[in-house]
Amino acid sequence: MEDMTQQITRDDIIDFIYQEARMLDEGRYDEWLSLWLESGIYWMPLDYKQSDPINATSLLYEDHFMLRLRVERLNGDRTFSQKPKSRCHHVLQRPFVDIFEPNEGHFQTNTSMHYIETRLDEQILLALTVTHDLKAEDGKLQLAGKKVELLNSDAAFGNIQLLP
Amino acid sequence: MGNSDDIRALFQGYQVHRDVYISNDIYKLEMKHLFANTWVFVGHDSQTPQKGDYYTTQIGDQSVIMVRHTDDQIHVLLNRCPHKGTKIAIDRSGNTGKFFRCPYHAWSFKTDGCLLAIPLKKGYQDTGFENNQNTKRMTPVGAVKNYRGFIFARLNPEGIGFDEFFGDSLSTLDNMVDRAPQGRLEVAGPPLRYMHRCNWKMLLENQTDTCHPMVAHESSAGTAIKIYEEMGSPSPRPPAMQIIAPFMSPYEFFEGMGIRTWPNGHGHTGVNMSIHSDYDAIPGYFEAMCDAYGEEKAKAILDDNRHNTIYFPNIMAKGPLQQIRNFIPLAADKTLVESWVYRLVGAPDQLVAMSSMYNRMINAPTSIVGHDDLEMYERAQEGLGANSSDWVNLQRLYAEDEDYSTEAVENGTTERQMRNQFDAWVKFMTYDMDDTTAEQT
Repeated sequence: MEDMTQQITRDDIIDFIYQEARMLDEGRYDEWLSLWLESGIYWMPLDYKQSDPINATSLLYEDHFMLRLRVERLNGDRTFSQKPKSRCHHVLQRPFVDIFEPNEGHFQTNTSMHYIETRLDEQILLALTVTHDLKAEDGKLQLAGKKVELLNSDAAFGNIQLLP
Repeated sequence: MGNSDDIRALFQGYQVHRDVYISNDIYKLEMKHLFANTWVFVGHDSQTPQKGDYYTTQIGDQSVIMVRHTDDQIHVLLNRCPHKGTKIAIDRSGNTGKFFRCPYHAWSFKTDGCLLAIPLKKGYQDTGFENNQNTKRMTPVGAVKNYRGFIFARLNPEGIGFDEFFGDSLSTLDNMVDRAPQGRLEVAGPPLRYMHRCNWKMLLENQTDTCHPMVAHESSAGTAIKIYEEMGSPSPRPPAMQIIAPFMSPYEFFEGMGIRTWPNGHGHTGVNMSIHSDYDAIPGYFEAMCDAYGEEKAKAILDDNRHNTIYFPNIMAKGPLQQIRNFIPLAADKTLVESWVYRLVGAPDQLVAMSSMYNRMINAPTSIVGHDDLEMYERAQEGLGANSSDWVNLQRLYAEDEDYSTEAVENGTTERQMRNQFDAWVKFMTYDMDDTTAEQT
C-alpha cells in the first residue's frame, strides 16, 4: 500500500482545523469524537500561561473517556442543562502551521478564534488561542491533542457547556 | 423589615420564606449583620508566604486585603484608603513590600494598616487632622484567626469567639491538615471561579442535599456508568469512574452515609463513609503517613472520609480531597463560587493531582456535573418568583423537638443540616439588631 503520509500538505492541515470547528458548530459531536486518537487530551488551562495541567486545577483536561462522556451527555435525554440545547459558533483566523513534519506524521497549528456560545437569552464571547497537535496514520489526520487557551481564563464564568 | 421579629418569622421550623433567597432587602441585612457577626473564611496563609505578600477577597460585600505583616502575622484590612476611598490593592495577589501606598495621593500604610506617611504633610498643620480618627489607618476587620493555616475573620469587633463559633466542627479542617505527613497544607494554584445566578444559600444547602445527585446528575454520572459498562468494565477504572460515578449511588447509600450537625450552622455529610471512600490507593502515601504518625493514627486519619462539611455561613470543606469551596455573595441572585485545592505537604504529587482532577471534573464552569447543579439553582431562583406559596420546604426527616444547640448524627438524607443553617442564620442576623428602631434598608 502506498504511503499516503508523504502527501499531506499544509492545506490539508489547515482544512482539518476548519473542519473540526465546523463539526462543533453544527453539533456533529459523534463525528467530532472520531477525529480523536484514543490517547488524545483536550486541555483548557485555568491560569494564564499555566504550565502544569495535572497538579493544579485546569478548566478541562479530558481524556477520551471524558470526551465521550461529554458528547453522550450532550446527546442525552435527561441532560436538563441542555433543555433547550446550547449552540456555538467559531470564527477562525487562518491557522499558523508551526510544526510540519510529514515524515514523522506530526503537525502542530496555532489558531486564534472567537468562540460564541448561546442558550436562551444568554450569549458569551470568548477569545481563544488554540494549539492543535495532529498525527497522520495511514494518510489520515487525527487529533492527538488540543489546547484551548482563553484570553480571560482567570475570569469568573457562568456555564460553558459546549466545546470551545 | 429589619426588626428581629421580622427575621425570625422567615424561618418556621420546616420551611423558610422565599424572601431569604430573592429579597434585596434581606440580602442587604445579611451583609450588614450575618456576615459581620460570623467568622468568615478569608484564605490560606500559604497564599501569602512572604512578608508583604497580600491577597484580596471579600467578606460578604466588604472588600478586604489579607496581608503578611513584618512580624509574620496575617492581618486582614478593609481595602479602602481612609483619605478618598480608593481601593488600595486591585490585583488578586502580589507583594507590597513593607507598606501599602495608595496610588491616588501616595498616602502610605504599614502592612498592619497604620498610617505611615502623607506627602506634603504640613498642609494638615493646625487643621485638627491628628485628632481625626477616620484617617488614622486602613481599617482592620474586627478579629482574625489563623487556624492551622486557614484564615478566618469576623468583621464586627465584638461578638462570638472563634472556638465557640466553630466548636467541634473544626475536626474536619483538622482531618484535612492531618492528612499531610508534615501536618501542613499549601495552596495549589488559583481557584476555579464560577459565577452563579442564584442566591448563595442555595449552594450552601446543596452541599448536604443527598437526594439530588442521582436525579440531577443522572446525565453525567449515569452516562459515565453506561459508557464504562459498554466498554466491558475495564480495570483500572477511568478516573471519571472513581470521581463522578459515585454520584449515582442509590438513596440507601446516602441514607447510610449519615449527617452530623453542630451548633451555629455547621454540619457534614459522610459520618460513616461517603462517596469519597472508594478511591484507589496512591503508592507511597500510606507509608509516608505511617512514618509521620504511626500506623494506628495514620489509619484513623485516612478512615475518616467525610463528604461535605459546611462551615457556616459560606464555605464547604472536603477533607479527603483537600478542597474549600467559597460561596461569595454578590447580590441576592448572584454568587461567585471559588473552588480551591491544597497540596498535602510531604505527600506524593498524585494526591494533589487527584484533588485537581476532582475540582475540574465537578466544580469548573466547564464541568458537566457543575452544569447539572447550576441549572437547578438558576431554575429555583427564577421559579421562586411565582406566587404559588411564600414557602420553601425543608421538612425531610423533621422532628418538632429538634435542638440545634447540640451535636446530632442522623440519617444521611435528613434536611436537618439545612434547618440547622437557618437556625444559625436567624441567630446571627439578629445578634446585633437594635429592635428599638426599625432599620432602613
